[in-house]
Amino acid sequence: MTNLLEIRDLRARIVGGRDILKGIDLDVAPGEVHAIMGPNGAGKSTLSSVLAGKPGYEVTGGSILYQGRDLLALPADERAREGVFLAFQYPVEIPGVNNMYFLRAALNAGRRQRGVPELDAAQFLKAVRDKLKLLDISDDLLRRAVNVGFSGGEKKRNEIFQMAMLEPKLAILDETDSGLDIDALRVVSDGVNRLRDPNRAIVLITHYQRLLDYIVPDHVHVLSDGRIVASGDKTFAAELERTGYAHLGSAA
Amino acid sequence: MSDLAMTERADAPPDTLDGLIKGTGDGYKYGFVTDIEADEAPPGLDEGTVRFISAKKGEPAWLLEWRLKAFHRWQRMAPPDWAKLNIAPIDYQASTYYSAPKANSGPKSLDEVDPELLKTYEKLGIPLGERAALAGVAVDAVFDSVSVATTYKDKLADLGIIFCSFGEAVREHPDLVRRYLGSVVPQGDNFFAALNSAVFSDGSFVYVPPGVRCPMELSTYFRINAAKSGQFERTLLIADKGAYVSYLEGCTAPQRDENQLHAAVVELVALEDAEIKYATVQNWYPGDENGKGGIYNFVTKRGACRGDRAKISWAQVETGSAITWKYPSCLLEGDGSVGAFYSVAITNNLQQADTGTKMIHIGRDTSSTIISKGISAGRGQNTYRGQVKVMPRAEGARNYTQCDSLLIGKKCGAHTVPYIEVRHPSAKVEHEATTSKISEDQMFYCQQRGLTQEDALSLIVNGFCKEVLKELPMEFAVEAQKLLAVSLEGSVG
Ligand SMILES: Nc1ncnc2c1ncn2[C@@H]1O[C@H](COP(=O)(O)OP(=O)(O)OP(=O)(O)O)[C@@H](O)[C@H]1O
Ligand SMILES: [Mg+2]
Repeated sequence: MTNLLEIRDLRARIVGGRDILKGIDLDVAPGEVHAIMGPNGAGKSTLSSVLAGKPGYEVTGGSILYQGRDLLALPADERAREGVFLAFQYPVEIPGVNNMYFLRAALNAGRRQRGVPELDAAQFLKAVRDKLKLLDISDDLLRRAVNVGFSGGEKKRNEIFQMAMLEPKLAILDETDSGLDIDALRVVSDGVNRLRDPNRAIVLITHYQRLLDYIVPDHVHVLSDGRIVASGDKTFAAELERTGYAHLGSAA
Repeated sequence: MSDLAMTERADAPPDTLDGLIKGTGDGYKYGFVTDIEADEAPPGLDEGTVRFISAKKGEPAWLLEWRLKAFHRWQRMAPPDWAKLNIAPIDYQASTYYSAPKANSGPKSLDEVDPELLKTYEKLGIPLGERAALAGVAVDAVFDSVSVATTYKDKLADLGIIFCSFGEAVREHPDLVRRYLGSVVPQGDNFFAALNSAVFSDGSFVYVPPGVRCPMELSTYFRINAAKSGQFERTLLIADKGAYVSYLEGCTAPQRDENQLHAAVVELVALEDAEIKYATVQNWYPGDENGKGGIYNFVTKRGACRGDRAKISWAQVETGSAITWKYPSCLLEGDGSVGAFYSVAITNNLQQADTGTKMIHIGRDTSSTIISKGISAGRGQNTYRGQVKVMPRAEGARNYTQCDSLLIGKKCGAHTVPYIEVRHPSAKVEHEATTSKISEDQMFYCQQRGLTQEDALSLIVNGFCKEVLKELPMEFAVEAQKLLAVSLEGSVG
């Protein structure tokens, strides 16, 4: 199986700042779920930002191949339309923009890029209903403006709903489990499990073994001080829970 | 789940975003010139010019006298200097005050209208031919100084509604014109109103009889075509007791290097229990990115709620013009009358806008709402200037003002200048103001979901303006959203 994503010796920093990513190597194949753990400030969100193409970061070395193409050469919106999805650690509020309207615009932008017909209002509503059912979530957030006044848990749920609608090939979930109560955690992780697909890879950034009880990963990595310092299978997370990160050091 | 569908409709008309994409990338779309022979006054302004215009239009003596009185007043007046606008001195003798397509002796049946003019309006998206005409919208098309066509006139006449050019109203309904002309905006109200009163060319006239609800949108489409010509239209709209009318106006002009003057006057009169909704999408040529050319837009718009429980609402989307000086206002004379002002004003590049409203509470229990959204990009300067005045008799008056500014980039400016004067202790006046920047996080969030930078920007801006856009008639809301996107072209990235 060829890799969906190949990261080689990736180095990056905030523009004008010090290096945060200091040589990341990671291969992700379609259908796989990778968990990335590691201490605060290690560079996990930075990695997801660089993958998604957020402005303000500077790649100083290394490469990222996505579907065999140079991902770094594509602007952020094109990466998204090519199937890279980032569930934000802190989803952003957009006042006055209806959640449904936003989603339909996003969905049709991707469809245009892929050369498939856009969904009209009726088709879109049907898709919305199907996904709501699949994820077993209520429609109460859809009428409101994007993330405006949503609770922390509602924002995360909304991210997963967007992911379900946009059907990405590579989904990066940055601490989607943080701040969720037990019930919400179950809804979100059930949702993610239902979105597992042989053609979709998922990268989960998390601090908690608990999430990995619900979403069982194929691989677990530890990112520390800008490098992946250890990797293992699904049992590795439980081991980390006992031993912590400290003994892993930060040397590659 | 039909409520979902409803919500989506209410929040943003479907397919708008598609329109936005197609709408971008081609700058000001209406900058073309129609090659048509014109009958023009020589440039310059003196008593002779006023007489020339009046004679061209075959006006009665009273109207000529009225004009001359205004002209003499204007000669003694000075242009206002209190607005936050940087304007090079304007040479009023360099403008042309009358320009009409040749062989046009006022609006006539559509098959007599010069095909070149019909083509022009078609290009502007306003088909005038009866079969192609916009469904549910009656249009008066004003080209430079004259009205060239009015659609659906007969249908409206069946209901007793008069919708015609101002010139025709003077001929056919002189009593109504005489009674109301200048009754809301007196000749000497301000420099530009006086100028307009002296040299006004054409415009629209509407009268809706008692108890009649106008079944379609009435609209006027203003087009400046001739070089060096000013446009000085005059609109008078009267809703008699219990009548209802919704009116909208659109404006465009060719792309030219020199500035052109536009000084219009609009007067609205709403009698007892009448309601007037007046919407404007102003897209005069704004000048280029270096501030060369563009329309100077000095407009006086005022409505009088003359009867009890009368309602007047202004909704405006101001995207064009190099300079906008405009304060659509309401005189709330009748008890329980209601005024509203909803505004979106965009300034990009070197555009300047000083716009707002006046709500004058005269009767008891009058109420007014002001929602203003100013968007500044490039080196644009945007000022909201609003006055809320509660007179001694206006017991129980209420006003709510919300004034939001959005900045795109670092070189633009937003300013809010509210004047509040309350002379009755029972009045409740609330004012809220915010200034925000489009955050990079918002842009990135949208782009991460696949929207282009342009789409992301217009989505955020449209969201910012939502409370105003939803006050526009549906047909116009879509247009307005596209326009916002086009106006902000080149303001990011
Ligand atoms: N905008 C910024 N400006 C300056 N430094 C930044 C910025 N964003 C991140 N950093 C720094 O980069 C380092 C890595 O941050 P990052 O957010 O990637 O960590 P993380 O692994 O996601 O941490 P957490 O587990 O707390 O979310 C930190 O030292 C952080 O302070
Ligand atoms: Mg983080």
